[in-house]
Amino acid sequence: MTSAGRRSIIWRRRLDRAFEGVALAVLILALGALVALIWDIVADGASRVSWDFITSFPSRRPEQAGIWHALTGSIFLMVVTAVLAVPIGIGAAIYLEEYGGRRFLARLIELNITNLAAVPSIIYGLLGLAVFVRTLGMGRSVLAGASTLALLVLPVVILSTREALRAVPGSLREGSYALGATKWQTIWHQVLPVAFPGILTGLILALSRAVGETAPLITIGAVAFVAFVPDSLSSPFTVLPIQIFNWVSRPQTAFHVNAAGGIVVLVGLLMSMNAVAIWLRDRYQTRGLT
Amino acid sequence: MSASARASLASLGALASGRSVGVAAPGLAAKIDVRALNFFYGTTRALEHVSLRIAPNLVTAFIGPSGCGKSTFLRTLNRMNDIIPGTRVEGQVLIDGIDIYGSDMDVVQLRRQVGMVFQKSNPFPKSIFENVAYGLRINGLAGSATDLADRVEESLIQAALWEEVKDRLHASALAMSGGQQQRLCIARALAVRPDILLMDEPASALDPIATQRIEELIYDLKKRYTIAIVTHNMQQAARVSDHTAFFWLGRLIEFDQTEKIFTAPTEKLTEDYVTGRFG
Repeated sequence: MTSAGRRSIIWRRRLDRAFEGVALAVLILALGALVALIWDIVADGASRVSWDFITSFPSRRPEQAGIWHALTGSIFLMVVTAVLAVPIGIGAAIYLEEYGGRRFLARLIELNITNLAAVPSIIYGLLGLAVFVRTLGMGRSVLAGASTLALLVLPVVILSTREALRAVPGSLREGSYALGATKWQTIWHQVLPVAFPGILTGLILALSRAVGETAPLITIGAVAFVAFVPDSLSSPFTVLPIQIFNWVSRPQTAFHVNAAGGIVVLVGLLMSMNAVAIWLRDRYQTRGLT
Repeated sequence: MSASARASLASLGALASGRSVGVAAPGLAAKIDVRALNFFYGTTRALEHVSLRIAPNLVTAFIGPSGCGKSTFLRTLNRMNDIIPGTRVEGQVLIDGIDIYGSDMDVVQLRRQVGMVFQKSNPFPKSIFENVAYGLRINGLAGSATDLADRVEESLIQAALWEEVKDRLHASALAMSGGQQQRLCIARALAVRPDILLMDEPASALDPIATQRIEELIYDLKKRYTIAIVTHNMQQAARVSDHTAFFWLGRLIEFDQTEKIFTAPTEKLTEDYVTGRFG
């Protein structure tokens, strides 16, 4: 081999190793920032998190204040959001993917859904205020909040469900049609079960986004000082992020500790949701084969 | 002579030679009667004026080089191409005298009557039992649980798979070997009791032993079913089929008894292909 060729190989190997190093550094940077963030919050707030903190109502005295109203508000809101967004989102995705075809209109709708997914959440808040709170007269209720969040997450639900449906092999559909299955039978018995883990992952991600949302809920008037648990769809409510925001904006340091405690609980809630999603998905995947 | 004139002559020739050997003899009802079939993917014509009559309870093989339209043709027989967007059919396909492209044809009913086995085995990600039971369930063909179990067993026996799987009916179908999976797909197709079975290169992904089992199975099945099989493998066509149709560039070049196609074809093109000069 010529010496020039040998030099070139050495150089290429070095470049290869250098690239690996850069990639690793970027990974460490990203993960490091995340770990530092969580560490900072846990250090500030973990000591504040106790059963009393979780089950107490807000108070002017920071040491007595708790998040029970906001936590129940968040969970209630999330459940109603899911009830509204899941059937509509999956239904729309099934139509677009399985029935809509590739016509101009279908592509136009798809493009617009992609755009909707990128619309800032505060716009949805204004829409919710105009439509649900005022026009439909829902007031500043759980139903109005959940409807607004459902609109917000619908594009994400539709897009991720379509992806999951698209990933189902065509041979499975053909096998079903060839046995005399109707389109609906094929979708229900073959396509949806296979797509289910993917759909579920998309749903949980969408709901995680909804749980962390603050801006649209402030816009429709979810207030921070709600001294009771929302017990019906028409109750006023607040949610964890709003409570945290409220505490952070107080001058007293003790409230900042409360905010950190609230964040620990919120992050814990999000992580449990993701854990449940992963557990359900794995369980379903192994079951699906038997 | 222009290409299209040559094509129509070739198909006429195929019909004529078919008649002379009794493939489509008048009075003998053809199970499938294809008349002047054209098929388009968008603006591309994939089949050109194909006419052919498939006799009942025999195996008819479609051979030809890749892209000659043989698979497309097979898929027109149970309207499987309907699910591909942008396709179009002209002409008639009569099964038992009824035009399956007629406006009052129920495609779901048609596909129950005309079963299909695909090139790549495609078992559902369910148990062996559920794979076979699926067609029975969706078509409401089994009255009771025992009835269902009986028909699943019967189908697995017909597909020569029962002995291998009877102790693990509820194990995943995806854990089976490739050859077993393909026989499961055959069992699944048989469960709904079709009268025609279409097979699209059913053994092309299998090893020689599994291929031999499928071929033996085809030989057994023709007692009860009319079988149309697409194959890339000319030895296979020669072994399993009674009649052979040779396709080339979307046209039916020759259709005759298998023995004649392989020993004394009328067309030069057929001779070149079966002797391995091209394709």
